Amino acid sequence: MEKSILFQAFIFLSAAVLLVPLAKKWGLGSVLGYLIAGIVIGPALFGFIGDNTHDIMHFAEFGVVMMLFVIGLELEPSLLWRMRKAILGMGGVQVMVTGLFIALVTMQFNFSWQESFAIGFTLALSSTAIVLQTLQEKGLMKTSAGQSAFSVLLFQDIAVIPMLALFPLLATLPVDVDPEAHSTNLIENLSAWAQTAIVVAAIVSVILAGRYIIPPIFRLVASSRIRELFTAVALLVVIAISVLMSLVGLSPALGTFLAGVVLANSEYRHELESDIEPFKGLLLGLFFIAVGASIDFNLLLQKPVLILGIVAGLIALKSLVLWVIGKVFKLKTDQNMLFAVSLSQMGEFGFVLFTFSNKNGILDQGTVDILIAVTAISMALAPIMFLIHEKFVQPRIGTKMVVEEKEHDHIDESNPVIVAGFGHFGNTVGRFLKAHGVGTTFLDIDSDRVDLLRKMGFKVYYGDASRADLLKAAGAEKAKLIIIALDSPEKRMEIVEVVKKHFPNLRILARATNRVDAYDLMNAGIMNIYRETLDASLRMGVDAMHFLGFRKYAAKRAARTFFEHDEKYLKYLSSLKLNSSEYISTAKKYIEELESLIQSDMHNESLHGADEGWSEEGLIKEFGSAKIEKKD
Amino acid sequence: MRSRILVLFAHPAFEKSRVHRELVKKVKHLAGVTFHDLYEEYPELDINVSKEQQLLLEHDIIVFQHPFYWYSAPAMIKQWMDLVLEHGWAYGKDGNALQGKQLLSVISAGGPREVYSATGRNRYTVHEFLRPFEQTALLCKMNYLPPFVIHGTHKMELHEMKQAALQYEGLLLAFHHGLLSQQELAQVDYLNDLNPIPQALKD
Ligand SMILES: Cc1cc2nc3c(=O)[nH]c(=O)nc-3n(C[C@H](O)[C@H](O)[C@H](O)COP(=O)(O)O)c2cc1C
Repeated sequence: MEKSILFQAFIFLSAAVLLVPLAKKWGLGSVLGYLIAGIVIGPALFGFIGDNTHDIMHFAEFGVVMMLFVIGLELEPSLLWRMRKAILGMGGVQVMVTGLFIALVTMQFNFSWQESFAIGFTLALSSTAIVLQTLQEKGLMKTSAGQSAFSVLLFQDIAVIPMLALFPLLATLPVDVDPEAHSTNLIENLSAWAQTAIVVAAIVSVILAGRYIIPPIFRLVASSRIRELFTAVALLVVIAISVLMSLVGLSPALGTFLAGVVLANSEYRHELESDIEPFKGLLLGLFFIAVGASIDFNLLLQKPVLILGIVAGLIALKSLVLWVIGKVFKLKTDQNMLFAVSLSQMGEFGFVLFTFSNKNGILDQGTVDILIAVTAISMALAPIMFLIHEKFVQPRIGTKMVVEEKEHDHIDESNPVIVAGFGHFGNTVGRFLKAHGVGTTFLDIDSDRVDLLRKMGFKVYYGDASRADLLKAAGAEKAKLIIIALDSPEKRMEIVEVVKKHFPNLRILARATNRVDAYDLMNAGIMNIYRETLDASLRMGVDAMHFLGFRKYAAKRAARTFFEHDEKYLKYLSSLKLNSSEYISTAKKYIEELESLIQSDMHNESLHGADEGWSEEGLIKEFGSAKIEKKD
Repeated sequence: MRSRILVLFAHPAFEKSRVHRELVKKVKHLAGVTFHDLYEEYPELDINVSKEQQLLLEHDIIVFQHPFYWYSAPAMIKQWMDLVLEHGWAYGKDGNALQGKQLLSVISAGGPREVYSATGRNRYTVHEFLRPFEQTALLCKMNYLPPFVIHGTHKMELHEMKQAALQYEGLLLAFHHGLLSQQELAQVDYLNDLNPIPQALKD
């Protein structure tokens, strides 16, 4: 079979497109969908892909790098600082204890202590990709279990660096010299001091670049207004950092994570996030497919008891350690359960580290094959474990999972108005209300803005206003109005849906970008819609008429009439929309709509012959004799 | 047949009002009364003429309720008259839309009743100041009723305002149920003098 790149892409994409939606529909989650897709197209079933899965996985690991970048973007430095205890404490204890534990057990099976160490610490790692993707998908990232899991994963990712550095010291077997294997790492031949200095320099340069070099570049590119260039820069940033990190022997994922954190405060954060997001998603998907495809079913069939036994034993041991750590760090039972389950699988670094150990003469090929199979299988089981936990374990624990407001501000006011979005639109409304002493709670996800406005004495809170729990914390149950003033139409619709569902008594006032947006809001049942350009453009029209010699009051009243007419016609058009089933291309629809609008303007008498009461033509006709001169 | 009453209420600073606050409380939800808050409906004096005309057609008694400002009504009432009472509709050869309806002014004034007289500080009676309304009614072929005037608002206590409001309510009820004869109405200077109106409702 010809395996061109396009053909492979075709196989991967079709498997994903077919299986992932099905998996999601059946409540299995996307990760399991990808894994199943991988198994289906892998050597075990159809064999569309086979020998090259490891190459693919290597390539797709870049998805993990991007994921950490995106996660970094969502984490501000201050937040990361606040998490330092969890990262070092929970993460450190987890890696050390689990690693030593597994090593001890391994030694019972006639492995040398060197082998046992390598095996133990490699198996102590969990899968950042699977865990974070699953937690995010289930909306569990903000729970204390999610935060703890994240902290541990972060520490594990850091721990890989010393492991890569120390494992070669454990070598007992003859090393097969592969000159190309390390050709990417430039500094390993230098002295330890020089290495440390260069590593530190690399990290500092990433931070400095994030602060002082990247933002101006973005500004420059943004001013060029070429959309894809922005995407290119975003990708360039991620790739450049990865290259730099690999050069100095650091993990690219960590480097980009760091860059993400540094950029979390920049104004381009949302742009970056939305640019990287699709690549991240696709590559992660590819990564999961590759994991699925790499499961060695032959080996599994040859030694089912051994492999499944190891998998079961490891999962049990790892979750036990996690459970104890959770207890020590005072996680509530339900959270601790989730924490223990979520990190019980092996991680993708296992593939790297086992291969590395084999090349460096620590572990023999047979052991490595089995361990890689164990790792892959445990990763494939992870989503299933999540599922079992969610469906059967968690409902039995009693206490329902509460999303905790750790990282969001605690809001205890009960103001009558909530303003979501303190951008250009929201701040005008907000300032106006505040100036009149109306108690207003503001929500915004731009932390810079939040900080600035807080300094100026505004009550602005940081958080995503489409989250029901945050809205509740903001007093949505007691408030009378919510003013949805964010600039993203999608986000606005999200908030509308959430408010309608959870706070039906809260009256919604929504900003709309344009007609199309207004239709959507209307169809969602929103009565109070404010098109952001309507008033300003009409005011402009009034001034235009004034400069042409019209009386201001006449122009103003004409604008008012026009405004009402336009609003009414919008309602009419939106009702047509609901009824017609045909769907024409948007551009065409827009033109047709414009035509019908203009026609209705022309035929609407009241737009021209308004204010009859002030015209005296009739009077003159009835009582007078003067000739009426038509003004031009 | 019951009379339908349209109260055209105009107060540019209702939130500061003392007298009209009490009056409005009483009549806003009264059966047979359509309470129409003009400043609330048209905050930019952007009166919807056809809607107003339609409302007029649907009612028999039209009430202008407002504070007395500069011996007249707040600007809204004037704007309303200028725009709604169109030639050929409200007046003129073909303007018969309002024919036979009643027009009533319900006003509150800072000055006490006695200063509104030839010898008083304001030199003219309220009737005289209200001539433009009276004549407008006439031109529109309507019947202009004696006004309901609450005087001396600056010195009024809350209970007095409440009493006036009660009287106003009784008056509108009486109108709604057709309890007031033309002779009775012709005898009084102000409708306030129809005394005591709440009793009239009893029979
Ligand atoms: C702008 C303005 C003009 C007024 N002009 C008069 C007036 O000409 N004669 C008068 O007796 N009272 C006048 N007043 C007093 C108001 O009529 C009086 O305060 C009002 O009727 C009280 O009603 P309220 O409490 O509902 O506002 C005037 C008040 C204002 C604010």
